[in-house]
Amino acid sequence: MSRTQILVRSVIGAVVAVVAVALPFNNPAEYNTIFAQVMYLAIAAMGLNLLTGFNGQISIGHGAFFGVGAFTSAILVTKYGWYVEATLPVAALLAAALGVAIGFPALRVKGVYLGLITLGLAVLFPSVAGKLVKSDFVDAPGGSALLRVKRENVDSLVSGWAPDQYQYFVCLVVMVVLFVVASNLMRSRAGRAMIAVRDHEVAASTVGINVAGVKVGTFALSAAYAGVAGGLSVLVDRVADASNPLVYFQRSIEFLVAVVIGGTATILGPLVGAALLVAIRRRFQDTEAMAPALLGVALIVVVRVLPDGVVGAVQRLTARWLGPRSSSSPPPDDPIGVVVPNPNHPPTPTPTP
Amino acid sequence: MGLFFDQFVNGIGRGVVYAALALALVLIYRTTGLLNFAQGEMALFSTFVTWWLADKADGQGLPIVLAIVISAALAMVAGAIIERVLIRPVMSDKNPLNVVIVTLGMFLAINALAALVFIKPGREALKMPSPFPSGNVSDSVGISSATLWFTLILVAQCVLLWLLFQKTKVGLALRAVASNPESARLVGIDTNRMLMLGWALAAGLGAVAGSLVAGTQTGFDVSLMQQTLVYALAGAALGGFDSPVGAVVGGLIVGVAESLTVQYGHYIGVGGIELIVPFGLILVVLLVKPNGLFGRTIVERV
Repeated sequence: MSRTQILVRSVIGAVVAVVAVALPFNNPAEYNTIFAQVMYLAIAAMGLNLLTGFNGQISIGHGAFFGVGAFTSAILVTKYGWYVEATLPVAALLAAALGVAIGFPALRVKGVYLGLITLGLAVLFPSVAGKLVKSDFVDAPGGSALLRVKRENVDSLVSGWAPDQYQYFVCLVVMVVLFVVASNLMRSRAGRAMIAVRDHEVAASTVGINVAGVKVGTFALSAAYAGVAGGLSVLVDRVADASNPLVYFQRSIEFLVAVVIGGTATILGPLVGAALLVAIRRRFQDTEAMAPALLGVALIVVVRVLPDGVVGAVQRLTARWLGPRSSSSPPPDDPIGVVVPNPNHPPTPTPTP
Repeated sequence: MGLFFDQFVNGIGRGVVYAALALALVLIYRTTGLLNFAQGEMALFSTFVTWWLADKADGQGLPIVLAIVISAALAMVAGAIIERVLIRPVMSDKNPLNVVIVTLGMFLAINALAALVFIKPGREALKMPSPFPSGNVSDSVGISSATLWFTLILVAQCVLLWLLFQKTKVGLALRAVASNPESARLVGIDTNRMLMLGWALAAGLGAVAGSLVAGTQTGFDVSLMQQTLVYALAGAALGGFDSPVGAVVGGLIVGVAESLTVQYGHYIGVGGIELIVPFGLILVVLLVKPNGLFGRTIVERV
């Protein structure tokens, strides 16, 4: 990487960090809540990105893992009086457990069928959650599959910060940590194994990669991300809601939209996609059907025109402006950007021990 | 026993709806190897078109049967155009995920488009006239005539499709494209045209199914087909995606399973979660026999 590149990157990084910290102190509470929603959406989308973008397994059911996280957190908070922050690891673990349970059949059924099983999971989840809530937690209002968290449960734990500012920072910290983890993972041996399995399963297994292990592991990790996002959604929205049977199916589509529009198999894509998604939805909030119409069209157009999404396109542009003119340096060394997909330089599968 | 019979018939009544949509899904899967997640929403849009053609107050006031026929014809044209414009360019992509994403995009866009075009403030739920007589077939038999007619139409559709696929030259070409596109092209079959035809047929079937389903309900809105699509997918998966017979049988099984779970579920502790039985079924079938009950096993060579 050239000196200019390092300089530009550091400046951009510093500016982004300052803006991210200053943002909640200069905006009304309503906006901070929206930013927090963008961030938990981005975390879930990153989970899906790890699975679909980097590992090539499709899931139209990530909403279910999100739901597991949301209900885990909501139940622990309302019934056992935990802090929401403390419930996040539990939410991640339970979602990961469900991810493993789906990951094993995913070894046998592929493509369309896997899409179906995950879709079924997302459609099934609200009724299971409703059953759970109704049977054990009579304090749920009206017996509907909806758990509300009291305001004092999600209050700020830092004196001087309003709840919305506090929630913003919790989401920000969790998101940054999880994104850095994802970014580093994709540059590790395990990450390269994930990509190798995506690109050519047989070749990957030939060089000694434990294909089944990688696939199930990715499913679990991906589900854990969605579970954490679900837990954070309880902190921000103060509710775990499964009263609409299709709500988690719709969530799943949301995650997919965020990943595809932001940039499949890029690190920043899920965040950019989530932000765009929320922005479009807010811009057209008067006409309910306008946002899904635009997003649907955007999905179709992006797949055709920008296969690596907004982030991929921006990176190709900046690489053209800033990058070294020689074509010998492939982009994967990018600290904030695309980790892999470069059709001319297929990743070398690395054997795992 | 009477209750069981009633619930069974009720389940068949739901099942024929799922079977009809599952048939459309299978039709596309057979010709293109693609699962169309937007199938339900395409049917939904056609349903709205049927309503607009048939409704006396806000639409054209045509007889309902004529409206369904016109709507199905329009749906076939639209289906062919969608295949040509949206699907074909991404079919050749190496990444099979892209087609799935495009159909999901269509799912979102078509649903929203229907809402934008047809749903006006204060008119959230529309009433579709039904071509079927209301009430039961006779006082002694607890079968509604709508169910009976729907079943008859489904049977007629199956027979027509069977005739088309097995007895005509076009059907032979369609089957050839489905089983081996390369060889089909070599013997002079216009594969692209066959793919468009497959999509057109599926869209037409969906339009008929959607319009008839809406007629059996007190009112319908843009969420009409979403749950139906999920059940239809379950039925198609159960029967095997490449088998029309499987789609029909699978759809019926899912309908009956749903109905019986609603009735008897609380005895085995799954009351109120009628979705669990169909999806439990799919999970088991896909794990034991990944190609469904009636599907062919595809041998993959590396």
